[in-house]
Amino acid sequence: MIASLWILIIILAVLVLYIIFSYNSFVRIRNRTENAWAQIDVQLKRRYDLIPNLVESVKGYMKHERETLENLTRARTSLMNPSLAKKAQASNQISEALKTIFAVAENYPKLKASKNFLQLQEELSGTESKIAYARQFYNDSVLTLNQKVQSFPSKIIASLFSFKEKEYFEIEEAAKKPVKVQF
Amino acid sequence: MDIYNEISTNKRNSFLLVSLFFAVIIILGFIFGYIFFDPYLGLFFAFFISLIFTLISYYSGDKMILAMTGAKEARKPEHTYLINTVEGLAIAAGIPAPRIYVINEDSPNAFATGRNEKHASVTVTTGLLRIMNREELEGVLAHEISHIKNYDVRFMMLVATLVGITVLISDMLLRSFFWSSGNRENRANTFIIVIGLIMAILTPIIVQLIKLAVSRKREFLADASGALLTRYPPGLAGALRKIKNDKEPAIAGVNRAVSHLFIADPMRFAGDKVKHWFSTHPPLEERIRRLESM
Repeated sequence: MIASLWILIIILAVLVLYIIFSYNSFVRIRNRTENAWAQIDVQLKRRYDLIPNLVESVKGYMKHERETLENLTRARTSLMNPSLAKKAQASNQISEALKTIFAVAENYPKLKASKNFLQLQEELSGTESKIAYARQFYNDSVLTLNQKVQSFPSKIIASLFSFKEKEYFEIEEAAKKPVKVQF
Repeated sequence: MDIYNEISTNKRNSFLLVSLFFAVIIILGFIFGYIFFDPYLGLFFAFFISLIFTLISYYSGDKMILAMTGAKEARKPEHTYLINTVEGLAIAAGIPAPRIYVINEDSPNAFATGRNEKHASVTVTTGLLRIMNREELEGVLAHEISHIKNYDVRFMMLVATLVGITVLISDMLLRSFFWSSGNRENRANTFIIVIGLIMAILTPIIVQLIKLAVSRKREFLADASGALLTRYPPGLAGALRKIKNDKEPAIAGVNRAVSHLFIADPMRFAGDKVKHWFSTHPPLEERIRRLESM
């Protein structure tokens, strides 16, 4: 009688410990994804701030690429959309437009000689790669979280304390294709 | 072997290293005190000396190493790409951005140092910046960022500073007795013999420690986690091949105590005969082969 009581107590203790550890590890992963998302946001904001300078510095030279510049400005505005999918889409559009502008800039020797433009180009491509890195870190963290939410027995803890799966920050298929440049 | 194991191993090794340092200095102090005044006073002083040196090594070891190698902080606009890449890789690794330094040297090399993720730095030589293309530089930087994330930097920094200090102290003690007065000559002689014996025992341990600090496992793991950050193993492989083929002389101001910090042995051209005995870095060929098979 005493023995079985002890067994019951031990089982309960193990169960409680498991819940505590599992809960804490969920909190840790969730905070990591949130921090990762904040990193993406910081870099998106940085690029958002740099774009008007770029448009300003190339406007005088690129008379024939008005459309590209307008696309860029439009995509920049839609970046402020709070939905993650919309944000990812706008971000991809900006990346595309920037690639086009930098590719076309090769045809303007005067622009390529401008120190201001070269610095902006370096800053923007640096920000581009930071966005890519931040997205990688975010998606990796989301993968870990989602795997935990989906697998047994951590699934039970997740539904008990309502830890939910998060959305990936996707790159569109179009972003992977080579850039088309019109002259 | 994963990085969480690596982190706890590094923290444990750092602790063991500090304990070993305390033990060695206290033994030295005890013997010194026993011969010249009072063993317990010697022990007491030695304890404080090791405590102070440990605190200095832990909190300013990285600054000492940076000053020793003549590293200067990288600035925009001339190092924009370097700074952006390090910051990007730090984001990918989920650590705060480390400080970035440049050494004005033709020999291509790089190292990371610091006590934890929040207090860390990455240093590259101008030679590295000159001969590497962007993917290769990114590969090298990812390797260094992985050293920070894996806490390799803490252990490697403590090896550099504490081993350096131990050698310095025993050297100083030895020298001071050659100048000591005549009536203590017998005692001084005994002390020299004892110290000589201790150093004879200690030297292989120190070499072993330095080897441990650049263990193949640690470098291979940093290569692998670096490749995971860039998702492009050929970058680092190309960089290592260029370093291997480079014929620039060794870096000035770098000695045995800090050479293990670097991505490739900066003393690999110095003294061919002893090279094999003190070879601390895993062979570049093997690292390149592993990266290429990823």
